[in-house]
Amino acid sequence: MAVPQLAAPPAASRMGVRRRRPSFKGWQFVGPFMFVFALVFLAPIGYAIYLSLFRNRLIGGNQFVGLDNYQQALTDPQFWSSVGRVGLFLLVQVPIMLFLALLVALALDSGRLYGKSFFRVSIFLPYAVPTVVAALMWGFIYGSQFGLVGNINDALGVSLPDPLKPSLILASIGNITTWEFVGYNMLIFYSALQVVPKSLYESAAIDGAGQWRIIRSIKIPAIRGALVIATIFSIIGSFQLFNEPAILRNLAPNAITSYFTPNFYAYSLTFAGQQFNYSAAVAVVMAVITIIVAYVVQLRGTKELG
Amino acid sequence: MTTTAQTPARTTKKPVTLSAKKPRRKGSIMLTLLVGLMSLYALVPLGWLLINSTKTQDGLFSSFGLWFDDGKFALFSNIADTFTYDGGIFSRWLLNTLIYVVVGAGGATFLAVLGGYGLAKFNFVGKKAVFAIVLGAVAVPPTALAVPTFLMFSKFGLTNTPWAVIIPSLISPFGLYLMWTFAAQAIPGEMLEAARVDGAGEMRTFFKLAVPLLGPGIVTTALFTMVATMNNYFLPLIMLKDPDWYPLTVGLNAWNAQAATAGGEAVFNLVITGSLVTVVLLLAAFLTLQRYWQSGLTAGSVKE
Repeated sequence: MAVPQLAAPPAASRMGVRRRRPSFKGWQFVGPFMFVFALVFLAPIGYAIYLSLFRNRLIGGNQFVGLDNYQQALTDPQFWSSVGRVGLFLLVQVPIMLFLALLVALALDSGRLYGKSFFRVSIFLPYAVPTVVAALMWGFIYGSQFGLVGNINDALGVSLPDPLKPSLILASIGNITTWEFVGYNMLIFYSALQVVPKSLYESAAIDGAGQWRIIRSIKIPAIRGALVIATIFSIIGSFQLFNEPAILRNLAPNAITSYFTPNFYAYSLTFAGQQFNYSAAVAVVMAVITIIVAYVVQLRGTKELG
Repeated sequence: MTTTAQTPARTTKKPVTLSAKKPRRKGSIMLTLLVGLMSLYALVPLGWLLINSTKTQDGLFSSFGLWFDDGKFALFSNIADTFTYDGGIFSRWLLNTLIYVVVGAGGATFLAVLGGYGLAKFNFVGKKAVFAIVLGAVAVPPTALAVPTFLMFSKFGLTNTPWAVIIPSLISPFGLYLMWTFAAQAIPGEMLEAARVDGAGEMRTFFKLAVPLLGPGIVTTALFTMVATMNNYFLPLIMLKDPDWYPLTVGLNAWNAQAATAGGEAVFNLVITGSLVTVVLLLAAFLTLQRYWQSGLTAGSVKE
């Protein structure tokens, strides 16, 4: 149930759709969106592909080089190191975040919680904090100057590891994104759970199913669609990682390289290196990787649906 | 929704419920503690922000992070300083953010509502192509588009103007999707047919009949596009050179980075207080509109 995949029109949309011969009437509503969409989505994609086929040379100026930029990107160790980093991030942070979100959503749905609405709202709150502000705030908390980590070290006489050192920085960023998005995902899951018919639980309980059994056999399958959607959005989010490393770089210039994430690499190439054409190729490769991964997850997720 | 919708359902709709047959399930203290930990995790950083916004720049360094600085309560002077520092540029950033949110997120919501309604309630030539293109584009990271967009906009001379930030925020594929599912459920087809039989034009039908029914969906979409616009850092960062056009996010980080530059004054207390002001405004918007977006979200995930 619940939005099984982005590509399938919900059954409900068929209701009330006029069955007569196709007309152009719908375009007066969809047209404005599509016009701006073409301007801010399709045109830049086209322009990026165009740019990526050229290269600016000292002699000869802007030259058509075919797929040379792509060849360079595919063999660029810095690019692959950035892809590997977000890949690792995705494999560790996304499951932890979604697991926590699911746990809280199930707890809220179980009806066995005191102060349910307080928890629902408070855990969701960080989502309303802009990511830049969240990164600034956590940066301060991590920081050695007046950070909480430093405070705790002083107060308790312990020496916690510096969260901004190169080996921990990715985990520290993971903590920030988990903090920001756990509540959002929790709400998506919780909303999906709300619409599962309660009668299903009742009949399962009459059949002697315990709470865990109901969760495993009824609740989780029922919200699989929401789980797939949340996973896809989290994957896209991980590949786009930019704000947090960009902000934390002030505090940890040595731990965060100019090719820390693919986006950051494309940014550095454009604005520090003036390599517009190569940067466009990197962006295109990254978009293709994202689409492939998101598509595979969607395919797998919906196949298991039945 | 939850509380408002559940209570009547329990008392009126279902004559035989689980609670009628069995004793009501008791609350679990263990479970509450577990979720309480998550809630603490969510709230502690916000508490840190609140506490530290009451400290002076020196106080930040000399006092414990999770408690107030003895004797000095500088919240009000910090707020005053935040709004007056550097010629009062913070108010300018606040105003810019407001413009970007109102025009950008407002426009995005409008386009999404219009488009979602069109997709849900009409069959038209090219509908399949619209689906394919929009859904394919969802997977393209917006940030991957930012650099080409920048290069394109600089050709048209749009960079370093508010339009460079507003135009790209006008499109929210997620908003379109949300409104499409919402419109499909919330608006009965027979009602539209009746309006057509009565001779009402399509636009009139939309504004008079459909929009009121789409209320919760519109609020939900508006809030999510608002968050997206507020979260927008990469785009304004590359598009804008003139600090007078910065949104809060870029401005606050500029203040933060200032300490690292040669001869730059460290104003961490103002960064913290400015962050607090930003957060409070957003949280206020979310909490006052809670009722609407929560029912909107639920409806967005309903099928059948």
